[in-house]
Amino acid sequence: MAANNQPESGGEQMSQQTLLRVIAKMTIPFILTFGCYVILHGELGPGGGFQGGVIVAAAFILYGLVFGADELRRRIPTSIIDACMALGALLYAGVGLACVLRGGTFLDYGMLKPDHAGDGEALGMSLVEYGVGLTVASVMVTIYLMISERRATLRKGEVS
Amino acid sequence: MDIELPESIRAHLPVLVVLLPLFGGLLAMFTGLVQRGGGVIAWAWSVLTTALMLICAAAMLQQVHASPEPLVYRLGSWPEAYGIGYSVDALNAYVILVVSIIAFLTTVYAKDSVMAEIANDRHHLFYSVWLLAIAGLIGITVTGDTFNIYVLLEISSLTVYTLVALGGDRDRRALVASLKYLILGSIGATFILLGIGYLLMLTGTLNMTDMHDQLVRMREAGDLVNNRTVFVSFAFLMVGLSLKMALFPLHLWLPNAYTYAPSAVSALVAATATKVGVYMTFRFVFTIYGGVYDTSADLQLLALCACLGIVVSSLSAIRQMNVKKVLAYSSVGQIAYIVLGFSLANHAGVTASVIHIFNHAIIKGGMFMAVGAVALRTGGTKIEDFKGIGRQMPVTMAAFTVGGCGLIGVPLTSGFISKWYLVQAAMQEGYWGVAGVVLLGGVLAIIYVWRLVEIIWFGTPDDPSKRVKEAPLSMLIPMWILIGASLYFGVDATWTADSAQAAASLLLNGGHG
Repeated sequence: MAANNQPESGGEQMSQQTLLRVIAKMTIPFILTFGCYVILHGELGPGGGFQGGVIVAAAFILYGLVFGADELRRRIPTSIIDACMALGALLYAGVGLACVLRGGTFLDYGMLKPDHAGDGEALGMSLVEYGVGLTVASVMVTIYLMISERRATLRKGEVS
Repeated sequence: MDIELPESIRAHLPVLVVLLPLFGGLLAMFTGLVQRGGGVIAWAWSVLTTALMLICAAAMLQQVHASPEPLVYRLGSWPEAYGIGYSVDALNAYVILVVSIIAFLTTVYAKDSVMAEIANDRHHLFYSVWLLAIAGLIGITVTGDTFNIYVLLEISSLTVYTLVALGGDRDRRALVASLKYLILGSIGATFILLGIGYLLMLTGTLNMTDMHDQLVRMREAGDLVNNRTVFVSFAFLMVGLSLKMALFPLHLWLPNAYTYAPSAVSALVAATATKVGVYMTFRFVFTIYGGVYDTSADLQLLALCACLGIVVSSLSAIRQMNVKKVLAYSSVGQIAYIVLGFSLANHAGVTASVIHIFNHAIIKGGMFMAVGAVALRTGGTKIEDFKGIGRQMPVTMAAFTVGGCGLIGVPLTSGFISKWYLVQAAMQEGYWGVAGVVLLGGVLAIIYVWRLVEIIWFGTPDDPSKRVKEAPLSMLIPMWILIGASLYFGVDATWTADSAQAAASLLLNGGHG
């Protein structure tokens, strides 16, 4: 890998490549859109929260690879990513709790719209998928940031 | 002590005890957005969550004792044969209460200890993972679905690995200990999953009661003679569960994990995680396989492992130079007592096991809290840090000493009650050797406890000019509640013995859950 040959400044070098920067900037919106589509369309077609979440995360990771992990960390602070991780899982659990509050048991989606058979299930499942998508995306970005951070500290250790 | 809850809440108690720490843990994450003092907010939030959970657990135990049938809760209103059913009876309501008490007290205790031992920017993560671990442990105990047990087991295990690894801020060896725990724990979980898979293949259901009924039907039809699948599933489950509850000789992950974990985590995990492992074993051995095998003969191997475990781990405890490690090895020995009790498969034996789940949880929880208080004040848990500490932290060390007496099984401590039932159970079966091992374990415990007590009260500090303060009240109060409870239930064991006997009868009579 190129990063191994020049470990000192792998990230910075990549951000100086005009072609990479332009293409990354052009493709990231499309990747994000496609990821959202996979999440939103998950209940009807192939895909869903997990797959879509990973695709969304891929857009952020591409940004991190090209412009450097520090730049990514500056754009989205880690505390916000941490909160998003919890927010996704909370959306999932919250849907379950909403069913309890509407007089059903936990995760009894039918109770969300008791008048229309099937609507409640569809709504509950979609919301759960959005929650999964958000959590998966933020966890993937966190893993990427963690690994890049570890590398940076190791490199410092090697030099000193 | 009657707890009155509105009917709308009472109907949801089995799921509420899991949801409270689950939501609590997820919401605790948001305290990371607060610039200053987020850790204290997260702590206060965790105390509130665990307190509510404790109230729910106590109310649920009352409800179980009031009704003859187990409480059943169907998630998503699916019938139990297809969906996940939570089912609460005299046994798991009792274990849930034990876990909730320990969870609440260790959370109260955690504040100062976490401040001192964990980096500031990780407090929100710590409390989040902490509450999720509690949610996993309670979930394992409440569910009546075998696959759900596996999922929640993974939740609790993964969070506990993380909690142990957070000790890395204080001592880097925590990372290695956590990794070792992760590898062995994952192997154990895989064995459990395979065991459940074989059972599913055989019975076509994941619900415990249903599985039991199917197995009994197959046995009556004569399908189980030389049936390898049942045999292999039982063997896999026993290996996996023994790893999870750290039964000798599969205990190797435990001493280092307990030693290098943050103090509060040691107290929580030592008092609850292995106990929940024992609870799972109860469920599999009695609720699912009860009446399928001639259990007492099949459990002889477990009894042998337990006897060896008592002797070997006590001998190892004597040689340790770190007080936390002494307690960790002692935990391996105490788990062996619990396993020994139920592997005798008679009423007194199972009662002894169930009682000891509670007694060991309060004693070991209290002792780990005392050690954590010393770690806070002196910065270490090595034997040298404890020299003559009794004169400087008398209240903490008195708690430690009383807890030590409980480990030995001195009369008037709750440890005595457990041993009494255990020796009785062994004699009923005519196993004099087993009774001898229990007594020998007590003698070895005297040695390792006395060695510490002598250093604590009569040792002279290496640096006499170094003075340390008594532990803060937020640590002393939970510590003494646990140690006081161990004294109280040593004198008046009515509540523990009644609950344990109810659970034992339930398990031995086919054990429908």
